[in-house]
Amino acid sequence: MQSIKDRVAIIGMGCCKFGERWDSGTDDLLVESCYEAFEDAGVEPKDIQAAWLGTQNQMSGQVLAHAIKTEYIPITRVENFCATGTDAMMNACFAVAAGIYDLVLVAGVEKLKDSGVGFLTGGGGQPSAQIGAPVPPPAQFALAANRYFYRYGLSYEEGKKLLGMIAVKNHHNGSLNSKAHFQREITIEQAINAPIQAYPLGLYDCCGVSDGSAAAIITTPENAKKFRDDYILIKGFGLAVGGGQGQLRDYYDFTHFDETVNAANMAYEAAGIKNPREEVSCAEVHDCFSITELIIYEDMQWSPRGKAKEDIESGFFTLEGGLPVNTDGGLKCFGHPIGASGIRMIYEVYKQLQGKAGPRQIKNPKLGVTHNLGGAPGSFTCAISIWGCRD
Amino acid sequence: MAGITSYGAYIPRYRLGKETAGWGLPVEKPVGNFDEDSLTMAVAAGMDCIEGLDRSAVDGLFFATTTSPYIEKQGASIVAAAVDLGRNILTNDITNSLRAGTLAMRSALDAIAAGSAKQIMVTVADCRMGAPGSEVEQLSGDGAGALLFSGDSVIAEVIGSYSVSDEMMDMWRAEGDMSVRTWEDRFVLETGYLKILPEAVSGLMQKLNLTPKDITKACYYGPNPRRHGEMARRLGLDPETQIQDPLFGRMGNTGAAYSIMLLIAALEEAKPGDRILVASYGDGADAYLLEVTKEIEKVGPKRGIKSNLEAKRISKAVGVRGAAMRGLDGGPPSISARWREREEIDRLHGAKCLSCGLIQYPPQRVCSKCHTKDQWETVRLADKKGKIFTFSLDYLVPGIDRPLAITIINFDGGGRGLFMMTDREIEDVTCEAPVEMSFRKLRSSGGVHNYYWKAIPKRF
Repeated sequence: MQSIKDRVAIIGMGCCKFGERWDSGTDDLLVESCYEAFEDAGVEPKDIQAAWLGTQNQMSGQVLAHAIKTEYIPITRVENFCATGTDAMMNACFAVAAGIYDLVLVAGVEKLKDSGVGFLTGGGGQPSAQIGAPVPPPAQFALAANRYFYRYGLSYEEGKKLLGMIAVKNHHNGSLNSKAHFQREITIEQAINAPIQAYPLGLYDCCGVSDGSAAAIITTPENAKKFRDDYILIKGFGLAVGGGQGQLRDYYDFTHFDETVNAANMAYEAAGIKNPREEVSCAEVHDCFSITELIIYEDMQWSPRGKAKEDIESGFFTLEGGLPVNTDGGLKCFGHPIGASGIRMIYEVYKQLQGKAGPRQIKNPKLGVTHNLGGAPGSFTCAISIWGCRD
Repeated sequence: MAGITSYGAYIPRYRLGKETAGWGLPVEKPVGNFDEDSLTMAVAAGMDCIEGLDRSAVDGLFFATTTSPYIEKQGASIVAAAVDLGRNILTNDITNSLRAGTLAMRSALDAIAAGSAKQIMVTVADCRMGAPGSEVEQLSGDGAGALLFSGDSVIAEVIGSYSVSDEMMDMWRAEGDMSVRTWEDRFVLETGYLKILPEAVSGLMQKLNLTPKDITKACYYGPNPRRHGEMARRLGLDPETQIQDPLFGRMGNTGAAYSIMLLIAALEEAKPGDRILVASYGDGADAYLLEVTKEIEKVGPKRGIKSNLEAKRISKAVGVRGAAMRGLDGGPPSISARWREREEIDRLHGAKCLSCGLIQYPPQRVCSKCHTKDQWETVRLADKKGKIFTFSLDYLVPGIDRPLAITIINFDGGGRGLFMMTDREIEDVTCEAPVEMSFRKLRSSGGVHNYYWKAIPKRF
C-alpha cells in the first residue's frame, strides 16, 4: 500500500451560493461552482480530461455533462450517502495519483429543495420491506444525544446548553460567510428554547436543508506549479463504511461512532499525524446535528472521551480557539446538499490554507481536515480528507 | 375428556374514565390504542396463554371475532405466526356472530374428540362497533381471550354443551356499516336474548341431568347490567353467589370475547370440583358446562383478566382506535420483500450465532461479531423483556402518536433492535426503562394492514 500524501494538488475551486435556490436548477448550481473553479485555476473547460460527480438524488455522470457541456469525456458518478462529495474527490485523486489523468474536475451537487418537503428524503438502509419505524435523521441522532447525556450524567439543561454553544459558534461563523444559506447569529437562549424536532434536539441543533454545489480542479503537484503558487496538497484520506455493527451488536454504546474513529485513523496515518489535537489547524466536520459535532470532537481525538464539554466551554473550537471547527458555518449554515457538502468543506479548507478566508481567516493554518458522516448511529459511511499547504 | 389446559387474556392498558376528556361517563371502558385491533389483541391473549408451554404441540389456532381486519384474508394465520406456532397446523377464522368465540370452542372440542387434533388454541377478540353515544358504545369494551384445548391434563373439563340456532334480526352490521344496528330493544331482548339463551342453558341442564344449583359460577353474555341481572333470575341462579361478575364499568361487554373472558376470570379463582356454566348469545345460543380439575392448582402466573384489569391507565382524551394511519403514507411495503422477512417481522425471530453466541436482530447471513457464515439458532424475542438503551421523541413525523417514540431496545439475555414505542406517556421513555413487546398495526395502506412489534412500557 502506498500513501496518497502529497501526490495530488488542488489548483482551483468553486462554491455556489448555498440556499433555497428556487430560481436555480441542478445545471445552474453546477455551472456556478464549476466556472468559479475554472477561473480560479485558470483552465478552460475543454482542458478537463475526466470528471467525477458526487450526487445522491440524480443518476449518472450525464448530469454534469448536461450542465457544463463536456464533449464525451469520462465522467463517473459517485454516491455514498453523506460522504458522496468526499468520496468523489478521493476517487478522482486516486486516478490522478495513478497517473491516468493530470487535469480532473471534481464536482458535487444536490438540488434538495424540489422535493416538496423540508427535510431529507430517500436514503434508507438495507433494501427490505422497511416495515419498521419511520426514523428521520433528527430522531436517529437524538438516539446518540440521549445516551450521551445519560452516560455522562448531563441533565437536560446541561446537555442542551452544551449543544446550543456549538450551534451558536457555527451560526457566528456563518454570519461571516456570504456563501452560507444562513448568515445570522443566534443567541444561546434561542438555541436552547427553539422548538423540539426530536427530543432533545431543537431546531437549532439541526442543520438546514439547502441547494448547493462545489467543485475542484485537481492535478499532480508537478503540474500544479504551472497554475499557481498557493495550491494545496492532499495529505490523507480515510473512508470507513459501517455494516450495521452498532445496530446488531448489543454492546455498542451510541456515544461514539466507530466509522469516524476508523476513518480518522486511516487519514491521520496517511498524513503522518501523531497528535491530532495539536497538529490539525482547522476542520470542517459533519455537523448535521449539534450532537454529531460534539461526538466528532471526541472521535477525531481532539477532545478526550466524555470531555468535549470542557473544550466547548473553553472556546477551543471557535475561530479564536486552538482548533477552529466549521469556520465557514458548517452544515448548520450551509445545509446539507448531499453531494456538494464534502467538496464545500474542502473549499473552506482550501481558502483557509491560502489565507483567503476573509473575516473568518484563522492564523497561520498548516493542516485542514474535512469530515463527512452519512447514515445513522450504528451504521455510517464516514469520509475524511486532510489537506496541507505546499512546502 | 377434552377441556381447557391453559388460558390467557388481554385488555388494552388505556381506559376511558371519568377523567377522560370527551368521555364524560363515570364508568371505565378499555379501548384499544390507535395501533390495536382485534387481531393484535388476539395475539396478546395467545402469547399469555402459551407462555411456558410447548408451542410445537399445538396443532390448530382459531381466531374468533366479529371485527376481523380483513373481509377476505385469514386473520388466524397472522395470529398463529405472531404467537409463533408451527406450520403444520389448522388455522381458521370464525366470524360474523357474537357467538364466534363459543362456536370456535365447539370446533376445537369436536376436532379433539374426533382425534384430528390434540391441542387447539382458540383466540377470541372484539372491538365492538357501537354508534357514537349509543348504549353499545358506552357498555362495551375491547378485549381478547385465549383458551388452549386438549384431551388430557385439563384444568377444566368440558362435561357438556348445547347449542340453539335462532334466526333473529336483533343486531347486525352490513358491509360498509361503521356501527352495529339494532331493532327496538324491548322486542329483541324479550324474544331473543332473554328467551333463547335460557333455552340453550336448560337444554344443557336436561342433557346432563343437572339443576341450576349444581352450577358454581355462571359466565354468560349480557347486553347491559340490567338484562344480565334479569338473566340470572330467569336461569334460576342466585345473583349473590352463582354469577361471575360481568365486569360492566370495568371491562364491559367485549362482544364475541365476552363470555369466554368471563370464563377466564372465573378460572382464575376456581377450585377443583367447581362447575362453571358458559353461555353466549347471537343468532342462537351456546351453553357449556365445565368442571374444574386438580390441574388448576398447577397453573403458573398468568396475566389473565385480573392483572389486565389492574394494569391500567386512564386516557387523557378520547383517542381513535384503529386509526393506524401515519402521516407519511408511502403505500404498502413490497409484499414479496415482507414475505422474505416474515420470520423477523411476524414472529420477531432473532438469531444467535452458534460460534460466538451473539444474538442479532434481524437475522443475518454472516455474524457481525465473529464473521462466521450461516451458523445460527433461532431466538424468539417477542416474549422477552428488555430495557430502553437509548431513545428519541420525534416531533417531525406527523401522526397520531406524536411525538413518535423511537427506541433502541436491549433484550434481557441479549439482542438489540430499533422499535417504535406505544402505550407510552412521555415520562416512560427514558434510558434503562423496562419494556416488553407488543404486536401492533403499524399502518394500513392499499388495503394492507401492516403488523409488526412495538415496545411498550413493562406492564406486568
